Amino acid sequence: MPKDTGIGAAKKRREDVRFLTGAGNYTDDINVRGQAYVHFLRSDVAHAKINGIDTSAAAAMPGVVRIFTGADFTGVGGLPCGWQVTDRHGVPMQEPPHPILAQGKVRHVGDPIAAVVADTYEQARDAAEAIVLDLEELPAVVNMGAALKDGATKVHDDLTSNLCYDWVLGQTDDAAVQAAFDAAAHVTTLELTNQRLVANPMEPRVAVAEYSRGTEDYTLYTTSQNPHVIRLLMCAFVLGLPEHKVRVVAPDVGGGFGTKIFHYAEEAFVTFAAKACNRPVKWTASRSEAFMSDAQGRDHVTKIELALDADNNFVALRTNTMANMGAYLSTFSSSVPTWLHGTLMAGNYRTPVIQVNVKAVFTNTVPVDAYRGAGRPEATYQLERVIDKAARELGVDPIKLRRQNFITEFPYDTPVALTYDTGDYNGTMDKLEVAADIVGFAARRAESEKRGKLRGLGVNCYIEACGIAPSNIVGMLGARAGLYDAATVRVNATGSISVMVGAHSHGQGHETAFPQVVAEMIGIDESMVEIVHGDTSKIPFGMGTYGSRSLAVCGSAMVRATEKIINKAKKIAAHLMEASDTDIELKDGRFTVAGTDKSVAWGDVTLTAYVPHNFPLTEIEPGLEETAFYDPANFTYPAGAYACEVEVDPETGKVTVERFAAADDFGNIINPMIVDGQVHGGIGQGIGQALLESCVYDENGQLLTGSYMDYAMPRADDVPFYAVDHSSQTPCTHNPLGVKGCGEAGAIGSPPAVVNAVIDALHSGGMTHVAHIDMPVSPSRVWSAMQG
Amino acid sequence: MYNFEFVKPATIADAAKALGTEEAQALGGGQTLIPALKQRLNAPATLVSLSGIGEMKGVCRADDGTLAIGGATTHVTVASEAAAHYPALAALASHIGDPAVRNRGTIGGSLANNDPAACYPAAVLGSGATVKTNTRDIAADDYFQGMFTTALHDGEIITEVRFPVPQKANYQKFVQPASRFALTGVYVAKFADGVRVAVTGASENGVFRWTEAEAALSADFSPAAVEGLTVSADGLIRDIHGTPEYRAHLVKVLTKRAVAAAA
Amino acid sequence: MPQVSMTVNGKATSGTVEGRTLLSGYLRDHLGLTGTHVGCDTSQCGACVVHVNGAAVKSCAILALEADGADVATIEGQANADGSLNVIQQAFQDHHGLQCGFCTPGMVMSAAALLKENPKPTERDVREYLEGNICRCTGYHNIVKAIMAASGQDVTAIAAE
Repeated sequence: MPKDTGIGAAKKRREDVRFLTGAGNYTDDINVRGQAYVHFLRSDVAHAKINGIDTSAAAAMPGVVRIFTGADFTGVGGLPCGWQVTDRHGVPMQEPPHPILAQGKVRHVGDPIAAVVADTYEQARDAAEAIVLDLEELPAVVNMGAALKDGATKVHDDLTSNLCYDWVLGQTDDAAVQAAFDAAAHVTTLELTNQRLVANPMEPRVAVAEYSRGTEDYTLYTTSQNPHVIRLLMCAFVLGLPEHKVRVVAPDVGGGFGTKIFHYAEEAFVTFAAKACNRPVKWTASRSEAFMSDAQGRDHVTKIELALDADNNFVALRTNTMANMGAYLSTFSSSVPTWLHGTLMAGNYRTPVIQVNVKAVFTNTVPVDAYRGAGRPEATYQLERVIDKAARELGVDPIKLRRQNFITEFPYDTPVALTYDTGDYNGTMDKLEVAADIVGFAARRAESEKRGKLRGLGVNCYIEACGIAPSNIVGMLGARAGLYDAATVRVNATGSISVMVGAHSHGQGHETAFPQVVAEMIGIDESMVEIVHGDTSKIPFGMGTYGSRSLAVCGSAMVRATEKIINKAKKIAAHLMEASDTDIELKDGRFTVAGTDKSVAWGDVTLTAYVPHNFPLTEIEPGLEETAFYDPANFTYPAGAYACEVEVDPETGKVTVERFAAADDFGNIINPMIVDGQVHGGIGQGIGQALLESCVYDENGQLLTGSYMDYAMPRADDVPFYAVDHSSQTPCTHNPLGVKGCGEAGAIGSPPAVVNAVIDALHSGGMTHVAHIDMPVSPSRVWSAMQG
Repeated sequence: MYNFEFVKPATIADAAKALGTEEAQALGGGQTLIPALKQRLNAPATLVSLSGIGEMKGVCRADDGTLAIGGATTHVTVASEAAAHYPALAALASHIGDPAVRNRGTIGGSLANNDPAACYPAAVLGSGATVKTNTRDIAADDYFQGMFTTALHDGEIITEVRFPVPQKANYQKFVQPASRFALTGVYVAKFADGVRVAVTGASENGVFRWTEAEAALSADFSPAAVEGLTVSADGLIRDIHGTPEYRAHLVKVLTKRAVAAAA
Repeated sequence: MPQVSMTVNGKATSGTVEGRTLLSGYLRDHLGLTGTHVGCDTSQCGACVVHVNGAAVKSCAILALEADGADVATIEGQANADGSLNVIQQAFQDHHGLQCGFCTPGMVMSAAALLKENPKPTERDVREYLEGNICRCTGYHNIVKAIMAASGQDVTAIAAE
């Protein structure tokens, strides 16, 4: 019987009430008395030398407070990259400066050139139009292959080329890899693109900063997934501010999906300008501005080769990927195609020899960084597509081929640097076959054919490395930060609890799920536990929310802090009952002396902690508040199997997703309702990538998809209901909750299922010449492929 | 947005007068114009709302049998009030944009803008309708003059559109997945004296008539009648959502479907 | 500068605006009703949907002066008189029809408009009606389910929680 409280209960979300009544507090809802507004004058060309910026006329416009250009920022740092990748020769990546406002050159459409601060937003925009720019347009570098050619125009003149790094993972001996391929009975090769996407959280980015001359304190309100990270990067690397004088608040945040992890020029600018103008400064992005200033996602071009022996066992895998960095290195950009992508190329399979090659390339496009899944969708897509192609070439059932090659013994050391602690891929596939009703597919296909439609079934597996991340491991791999997290549990005198957590909730439901853990540990009602997040002045520290890490890392810190609370509370209880604290048991919110009927309530103990009239002051301090930092021992490895059924209209090429099923192993589940919701959302985004979304630049670097008129966001009528099963559970072996993380799985696991299904449908219609169609699998592309 | 003076006249005469002033621009439902204003693509000194003009709203059967729709009539009103008179037109109106857009957007606004992927131009051209303005009547065949270009003079107001009601008609819209405008849309109308086929979304010159199909369908109103025809890809739109060849293919597929649905 | 007056959630309001002031700006900046959100500038995302004289309208695509004299309803006025969630709001909470909450006000207002004209919508009806409301979090599953539940239909057969 499902629980109705505590761990495992599908508790309704408490945060919903404010969101459903219009009482949320998003950054754009925050207005500081006396605030001015900034409008950024952004480049409308992809690549140009700045010969001059004349702001004199603009400065005289009504309402203008001050106009800033790159010259105002020569004394401060640029936006840092948080991960140094070392190339195949042991040489650090090329790392160009990333100024707040352009210095000498603009390098992508949307690159900020000047910033106008004025009394009103419209005045700032009016004045920006009066700025006279002398731009000398340069050839734009857009295509990655062209960018790497000798003599190509350089995005950064001071770098040796447009190659950021040339990286290898796994078997570095080319001859050994080739030998494995030479000995193989069959090799399947696939060239594919994982297209550039725009994360598109529905709330555009906003930043509001104020500065007090009286106290020399700054406050920045910003749409961030990790306010402490923003504070650290901005203070230490960009503006050189004392960290203790800067408060960063990320209030209600309207979705992130990765793109609100990064430290952006605009939030550093408003902080800088608030002091320079001695006035609060606010910036609100329009959606059009978001399309050219939010870090974008994916954009890999890959050739993947899979070698199999005569018994269809995988014997070797080799990939060559070009990964687009855009014009600058965004905060975690360099880690995405390497440690978040190459390390996942083993997938769920025993492949003894794996070599992953990645060239990261600068182009005159918006920077690319983590977007939901970040590297793992790219890995999963190419691997699961090539396996499907191999199954088709060999005439074997794609599920059977996968099962045959599954890793079945754990822990498992992959050839690409990870150790999977646990999993049950066959068990999860069993769940999928039921959830997707695989046996009923033939009948559904026959029914579709009667209506003149081609029906296809696509299946794939995925694995991800989440709970990012063990600091000692990522440190060795080039991370410039630790990736632990922290929580403070503050018990009030009356027994209610505030938990200050470093994770940030922007849709994930932490305010509901985290109290379920603490309340269960103590045995009190969840309503007595409140989560506080998103404010550096309130929480101890936090690396924030991304990489499906909140519960696995921050939740573990919260568990550790709660354990400390319980230990101390037992000491107090022992004192109150004149017993030994080793004899105290806590159950259902009461402390009992083991083997006796003596007990005290939770509230008696908490009151005693704060009214220490009868308190062992010589042994313990008054009060009841504990902090814990938690650094995980390993990544967590959520894994699953997904199935998609599509119908293809053979006349128009239009693909409709008819059914979608997901079976995930997330380990233990705290709130199944929230977990389902996370999976649904990820699938929605994955179907979006597979069929609809694409961020496209023309050959001059102009953004062709700069609004929802051309960037196709999935709508309600583009997707079906999803069948989601997470009853396959192998708990994580190394964190106290046994949880793995569920935030990205849907987006990682779903695109190959959709594309595999489309290919299956076309083959069922006799179009066996269609081996692959790049995403988005649009009607036009399907129709073109069908023509042969 | 640049600022402007906003006026909301109650009569066509007052609207025409207001639009006669320097840099005045008419505002229909604003579902296209307001986003354009936000991008600062237009800088009217005066914006003249047509939403307060009662005589420009509504749907009725005129004495000559045509269906008269006021220029300021919203899509949602056409969808409901034209349904009994001209179901294909009502169905088209019921799928323009989304429900909130249909509550504001107007037929006059759509036609004045003449977006090459809009739905109404296909209905107007496909029906051989007459665009009535405050100064004259313009036949559909003369009205559409290319992408975002019409026969309207500056300050001229579409007061009404008169649709001859065909015996059978149907509109097939294949949506562009982002904008949800027509990637290609085909309107087929069968009148006693012949068939009209209008295509939107496909051509760089905006809505056009597929005359070969009209001739074939006038002789035989069946999907098979267009089977042997081909549409040239010359002059059709190439964008990230479809090639000219794909659009040419869609024109034929959608025409057949429209005929099948109408028959 | 022009004056505008309108009834918002049953209360008379008025203010001085510019010609270019959007209804969304009037609600957010003049009245402090920040529940109405602005998520795009091409009138597609639907986070800003309110009701003007009973009809769902994108408040970022209508001038405040166009709503002069109108009766406007926003998310802030949807709860029951005692502050409890109305049937639609409650269904969204019960069925986890929201995550980050940013699109939610528009979703609730669109759902209210739908159920007024179509009290028992099918799944297809709901999905098509939401064409102008974009959600990036939920994959729409639980939004569609919530709206069908709010219409009194049994949604227990729909997959998953």
